Amino acid sequence: MEIKISVKNLEAFYGKNKVLHNISIDIPKNKVLAIIGPSGCGKSTFIRCLNRMHEVVGGSIKGEILLDGEDLTKTDPVLLRKRVGMVFQKPNPFPSMSIFDNVAAGLKLNGVRNKKLITPIVEKCLKQSALWDEVKDQLDKSGANISGGQQQRLCIARTLAVDPEVILMDEPASALDPISTTKIEDLIFQLKKDYTIVIVTHNMQQAARVSDYTAFFYMGEIIEFDETNKIFISPSNKQTEDYVRGRFG
Amino acid sequence: MENDMKKSNLFYYRKKITSFIMMSLTFIAALAAIIPLVLIFYYTISKGITYLNIDFFVAMPKPVGESGGGMANAIVGTLILIGIGGAIGIPVGIMTGTYLSEFGNNKFGYIVRFLTDVLSGIPSIVVGVVAYTMVVVPMKHFSALAGGIALGILMIPTITRTTEEMIKLVPHSLREAGLALGIPKWKTTLSIVLKTAWKGIATGVLLGLSRAAGETAPLLFTALGNRFWSTSIGQPIASLTVYIYDYAKSPFEDWNQQAWTAALVLILLISLLSLLFRIITRSKYKTN
Repeated sequence: MEIKISVKNLEAFYGKNKVLHNISIDIPKNKVLAIIGPSGCGKSTFIRCLNRMHEVVGGSIKGEILLDGEDLTKTDPVLLRKRVGMVFQKPNPFPSMSIFDNVAAGLKLNGVRNKKLITPIVEKCLKQSALWDEVKDQLDKSGANISGGQQQRLCIARTLAVDPEVILMDEPASALDPISTTKIEDLIFQLKKDYTIVIVTHNMQQAARVSDYTAFFYMGEIIEFDETNKIFISPSNKQTEDYVRGRFG
Repeated sequence: MENDMKKSNLFYYRKKITSFIMMSLTFIAALAAIIPLVLIFYYTISKGITYLNIDFFVAMPKPVGESGGGMANAIVGTLILIGIGGAIGIPVGIMTGTYLSEFGNNKFGYIVRFLTDVLSGIPSIVVGVVAYTMVVVPMKHFSALAGGIALGILMIPTITRTTEEMIKLVPHSLREAGLALGIPKWKTTLSIVLKTAWKGIATGVLLGLSRAAGETAPLLFTALGNRFWSTSIGQPIASLTVYIYDYAKSPFEDWNQQAWTAALVLILLISLLSLLFRIITRSKYKTN
């Protein structure tokens, strides 16, 4: 198992309030890691540390996070976020931009002007996110005028366009209907060939379906981290077992 | 039992009647609110239409005693004055509003916000006095520049606060989306946040410009007014509002009439500006 991100003794704070305690975990490359746990357990905070969005809302961290061996807490956050992309809970396409420009935004706003370079990337990313067939005739329409499920796939395409190595997903399907959810899950399955994916989810079936590894968070700590099968069939911790059996949380 | 029914029926009708009375009151209030506007339109159109002809737009004012003539110089003057005002007020206002919304969550931001509110409450004539002291006195003569500066200062609070409010309406999730794509903060603000809020900001700019176009007091001792053709920003310049002021209080019937026409043209000018903004900011996309 090749390690993409290695987290060592991570602590995260909002002001003086400590929300993550001593987190250490090795995130495997080109696999899907699901983070599960009850509300408020620090799942979202954890993945937001991985692309340093945690500090955007005024948080701070202690500890080391190694991305390919390099401590990302000491690199430039803007450069880091091109390598570690993020898909949010609620679809958030840019309403002032066309579908095309939404996908191209990460490139255009980072100084790529060459249309010959951008067009094939946009097409490729829309195909990768299984949206191309639905929007290929309306690329110049607003990104906010498609359905919620399509918007979320547009956001995934937008994330792919900057060619990240890691994709963080913060409950990407929780605002979507079952059919759109299935599409997103299929997509995650496709994407893990090329990307390392960390997905936060409230939905345990979803975690079981899409992930290779699962980490169970509770009260800002990792209770158990193992292969998904192990976590859901024979967890070694009592709390994990209670949670995945639906006895609390 | 029956008594109870009666009681509840009575209660029901009382509620219905109260609801009807309150609704009627709000309707009457709404009617009362539009009466002044209707009157303004009625008077300016009925009294101003007499002199509204091509001459009014292309000819110069005639000397006292001669009838006819136009206010070409005042129309151009007003445009130049709000042009100078806009060149100052629009960039300062938009940038201040952006600062307040995106970076102004601190003591300095609080002070700026407070001062902007104070500025919006200052009578326009006081701003005129300040422009007089700052520009007219050192230049030793009245000028379009001084008038434009006064109008620019007057625009700042409207544009600043509208910009701030409009930018605040942009969902936080869009800023996060931009940052998460590795787009630097300044570029996210400029190309995503401001672009999304653009329509609302334009409305604020329009409000500021319209307000400035209708100002008279701050122009009296800055731009002064000019009976002759001038487009030089270093010289006194004519404006529609100052003409309205001068002509309306003059003893000549002819001039009084022209004052109405000037008022009508001013309203038309502002409407035209408004229409222009609508067209410019018209959304590229149909919203559903």
